[in-house]
Amino acid sequence: MHMADALLSPAVGATMWAATGGLIAYSSRKVKEELDERKIPLMGVVGAFVFAAQMINFTIPGTGSSGHLGGGMMLAILLGPYAAFLTIASVLTVQALFFADGGLLALGANIFNLGLFPCFFAYPLIYKKISGKGPSKGRIVTGAVAAAVVGLQLGALGVVLETLVSGITELRFIPFLVLMQPIHLAIGVVEGLVTAAVVVFVWRARPEILEMARSNRPIGNLSIRKVLVGLVAAAALTGGALSWLASSHPDGLEWSLFRASGKEELQTSDQGIHASLGQVQEKTALLPDYGFKKPNASIEEQEERWPAVDSGTSVAGLVGGALTLALTVLIGLVLKKRRGLSK
Amino acid sequence: MKIGSSLFDLGRLDRISNQETAIHGLDPRVKVLVTLVFIVAVVSFGKHEVSGLMPFFIYPAVLIALADIPLGYLFRKILIVSPFALMIGLFNPFLDREIIINLGPVAISGGWVSYISIMLRFALTVGAALILIACTGFNAICHALERMGAPRVFVVQLLFVYRYLFVLTEEASRMVRARALRSFPGKGTGMRVFGYLVGHLLLRTLDRAQRIHLAMLSRGFDGEIRILRPMRFGIRDLAFLFGWSGLIVAMRLYDVTGLLGNLVTGGAG
Repeated sequence: MHMADALLSPAVGATMWAATGGLIAYSSRKVKEELDERKIPLMGVVGAFVFAAQMINFTIPGTGSSGHLGGGMMLAILLGPYAAFLTIASVLTVQALFFADGGLLALGANIFNLGLFPCFFAYPLIYKKISGKGPSKGRIVTGAVAAAVVGLQLGALGVVLETLVSGITELRFIPFLVLMQPIHLAIGVVEGLVTAAVVVFVWRARPEILEMARSNRPIGNLSIRKVLVGLVAAAALTGGALSWLASSHPDGLEWSLFRASGKEELQTSDQGIHASLGQVQEKTALLPDYGFKKPNASIEEQEERWPAVDSGTSVAGLVGGALTLALTVLIGLVLKKRRGLSK
Repeated sequence: MKIGSSLFDLGRLDRISNQETAIHGLDPRVKVLVTLVFIVAVVSFGKHEVSGLMPFFIYPAVLIALADIPLGYLFRKILIVSPFALMIGLFNPFLDREIIINLGPVAISGGWVSYISIMLRFALTVGAALILIACTGFNAICHALERMGAPRVFVVQLLFVYRYLFVLTEEASRMVRARALRSFPGKGTGMRVFGYLVGHLLLRTLDRAQRIHLAMLSRGFDGEIRILRPMRFGIRDLAFLFGWSGLIVAMRLYDVTGLLGNLVTGGAG
């Protein structure tokens, strides 16, 4: 559920960046104050571990859909909110740059949605409260599932609100919400179960790791070996759970979109749209009031009226567009050629 | 398989970012800034804008040519990434069916226009981000971020994640290959073996990470990772920054495509 630059307006992107930047600065100061430098390589390793786990998609049982481990809740439980927030932010930054997952402007929103909610809401307000002072297996599982569900629901709500405020999509609030929330409820439950399995194992092998995150005390002279045992357990469990679930199905979000929109690609002819839309709508049980767009029906529509275009200017626009593209390619080729000659 | 191919990808991007070209030699800060200006300019267009986005392809085209970035590789990367925008955008043609362009017998609805616009934005913004990393390198970008005010702790965290990512994925791809060579259909690829593999992988990675960290400490690591390309803000950097920013702002403010189109079609519009 990465947001993408293409759906974001600059104002929304910048706002989310400002919020995220502030949080990163705050968390960095906290980590600096509370931790010794040994924790920094540890955060790096755990970040790389989450990254590897995120590359594996898993099937949500019974739906044929799939998602990947967010890892936010697990990091919060293992590292504490501040270090976890920085780790999530770093993982998302690497993804944005190397896999172009989301994009650079949307990165602020993505860190906000996937980092803030699990680390600073779901972890302290739900997981910590439920798992309590003397955690048991049942409490950890309940806490992790509840926290993961709430964290992901808030994150999905964030995606919906940010996308709608940006106004690039024509989707309206209720259909979009109905589209996003249930699928992320399912992902949240699975995410919570996987997280709980990892955390319970760590809690049994090395209870002080969880204790440290809970009290936000520095790791100090704790031997890296001990931490390692816990993390290996986490890796083995995550690996086991994920390999069981691993699949090459599309992402949960994409799946829900395909389901909701039906066989859109078959009906691209201009006259066919009107008729076939009714057909699509019938199949769209997920979207009860997925109405046809009427002029002036929604707020963003009123703001964004397309000016009446006569075909003269649109022909000029099309010719100009083709020309611009051709020129661009030409410039690129000439530069490439000159580079080749000068070598 | 998946680990192997994404490692190949990361490694290739990293190698491209280590090339020696005029663009690679620029100060990473100017490249980060120009990329941001570019992305903001692209996404600031109204949702039905198509022709206005066309001139913006000049930036990727010039950089791809000057920085010697393989075009096919870049296309492949753009095609496979995050289809979120394209999927969400696919609703537009159904929800906005008002006809806004008539080309002879063919009527095009606002939804299709805005969908094409989303696809163009997607290609441009994703392309710009990939080009930034391909012509700068991750370490240099982190360095630039720190110079521009990002917290030291976060920057060091980014550098460590990146470093260990290679350690982890290289190790993993060797393991996957070893398993593939030793396992016959249906055996040895189950959850148990996978669990052991990942467990051992992390064990080794953490061990190695600690050795690396100790080695770094004994060689005088003080929290700062230095990069080979010194950061000098020269006249070329200044020219790059203001040249591109100026051009991008101009392309945002003036309808270059319309002007060109009118020129050719005899200014009828």
